[in-house]
Amino acid sequence: MRRFMRYLILAALGILFIAPVFLLVSGSFMSRWELGEYLGPLESGEGFLRWAWFPMYPTFSHYARLLFETPQFFTVFWNSMKIAVCSVGGQLLLAVPAAWAFAVYRFPFRRLLFTLYVALMLLPFQVTMLSSYLVLNQLNLVNTHWAVILPTACSTYPVFLIYRGFSSIPGALLQAARIDGAGEWRIFWKIGLPLASNGILSAVVLGFLEYWSLIEQPLAFLEEQSLWPLSLYLPEISLSQAGYSFAASVITLIPPAFVFLIGQDYLEKGIAASGLKE
Amino acid sequence: MLRRRRGAGKRAWLCFLAPSLLGVLVFVCLPFLDVVRRSFTTAVTGRWTGFSNYRAVFENEAFRLAVWNTFRFTAVCLPLLVGLGLFVAVQLSRLSNNQRFKTMFLFPMAVPAAAIVLVWKMVFSSGGFLNLFLNRMGILADGVQPDYMASGAAFWVLVFSYVWKNLGYTVVLWLAGLSAVPDSILEAARVDGASQWKCFWRITLPNLKGSLYTITVLSFLNSFKVFREAYLVAGSYPDKSMYLLQHLFNNWFVNLDLDKMAAAAVCVGMVLFMAILLLQRLWDRED
Repeated sequence: MRRFMRYLILAALGILFIAPVFLLVSGSFMSRWELGEYLGPLESGEGFLRWAWFPMYPTFSHYARLLFETPQFFTVFWNSMKIAVCSVGGQLLLAVPAAWAFAVYRFPFRRLLFTLYVALMLLPFQVTMLSSYLVLNQLNLVNTHWAVILPTACSTYPVFLIYRGFSSIPGALLQAARIDGAGEWRIFWKIGLPLASNGILSAVVLGFLEYWSLIEQPLAFLEEQSLWPLSLYLPEISLSQAGYSFAASVITLIPPAFVFLIGQDYLEKGIAASGLKE
Repeated sequence: MLRRRRGAGKRAWLCFLAPSLLGVLVFVCLPFLDVVRRSFTTAVTGRWTGFSNYRAVFENEAFRLAVWNTFRFTAVCLPLLVGLGLFVAVQLSRLSNNQRFKTMFLFPMAVPAAAIVLVWKMVFSSGGFLNLFLNRMGILADGVQPDYMASGAAFWVLVFSYVWKNLGYTVVLWLAGLSAVPDSILEAARVDGASQWKCFWRITLPNLKGSLYTITVLSFLNSFKVFREAYLVAGSYPDKSMYLLQHLFNNWFVNLDLDKMAAAAVCVGMVLFMAILLLQRLWDRED
């Protein structure tokens, strides 16, 4: 009985958690008239909206319009892709070696620097917004994608995530490699990276999910609409074009959902590893 | 030869750390010092004004409101998320196969804020699902349809969307902590006749203390990101109950109130830094 109740509560909660996705998907296949009828009460404020999990007359028209008649959508989609992929790539280049340095070496001010890194990771974007803007302005980068990519690539959060993976590697192993004559770089490449791959991949997955839906940075640093990512473009679509909006939302959801489903294993292991005390 | 290699080994940390440190210095630390300088000057002429910017910030009504709301949000959300996460994790850990549930709870992390805006509008506006549900349950009378986004309840909508987004992450962290609790101790206690509740309270919980630090820090980190949903659903000037520091900074930035922004950034930065040092002190005492 208790077991059953447990299943029931968890299942109810779980369904509540993923229901929004089904809502979006079903809405994206509904015709304009059907949507107008269902969502009418939202605009008028009288009565309640209705919904059907399966459209009465399923249609691909919104997708067709999005993919074949709105070249703007492609621009925006690729903007998002560029920002997300470049940010994650830059992060890897910077954060993985940094995490290795913190985990493996003992050097002056190590603890202080690590505390600084943790503090910086917690500073919300708004606190550093002005400082970032000043630098980007100096470098003439405002209103280019680099204005979003460069500061996010320097984020210290992945250092924190990957650090645990590296520090769980036994020091004796590294010492043995050194005695056998392996250089520091070789040790990092051949021992460090493979052993911490879970943490690194989870940082990649988390980074992609995060940077795919950046709002604050592009809002502050990109004035030109043609540079905007999906996350800014999407809310601009009004409710009167609900079907279009549903379809665009579903397409926005596809890349992160894909990355999530492929990387869930690493994501879980990486998150889990970051939470354990050594 | 050997000596040279040892020398290189000693400096190796610098080669690994330098790129990241350089980026952090150039994009965050050095400009932040500039912001500290600016916080003592006027925005336009750059004249030294002492603490007058700080006074202006503290006397600013919007700033006080935003600080209070942000504080309230954190104070409500952190315990709620951490507690609920632990509850769900404990339930999940007693199932033999919980993979499917984990996927369900983690999935909201993958849903971009922009895609969810439409759904929140459908749920929380006056003709939305929530009112429909409450009406059918007989809790709300016919004709009474509050618009949750335009009233004090907006705050709770924000809390809900934060929990929705971050519960999975917290659950996975707790599950990792739970699986690290040695089974042998639990087994021994059970043999000695301890009840399930007592086992949990006396053995599992104390063993989870270590996870608590990371969970708190990461939940805190993610609590700032709720601004995305708030901004997308309700814009730059939402209902008073959910006007957060992030809104305020954003609006100051748009209105070019850079002097106030600098002073406020320094204040918030300092408070956060202190919070981190305190947390770390607590964490170290555990060792």
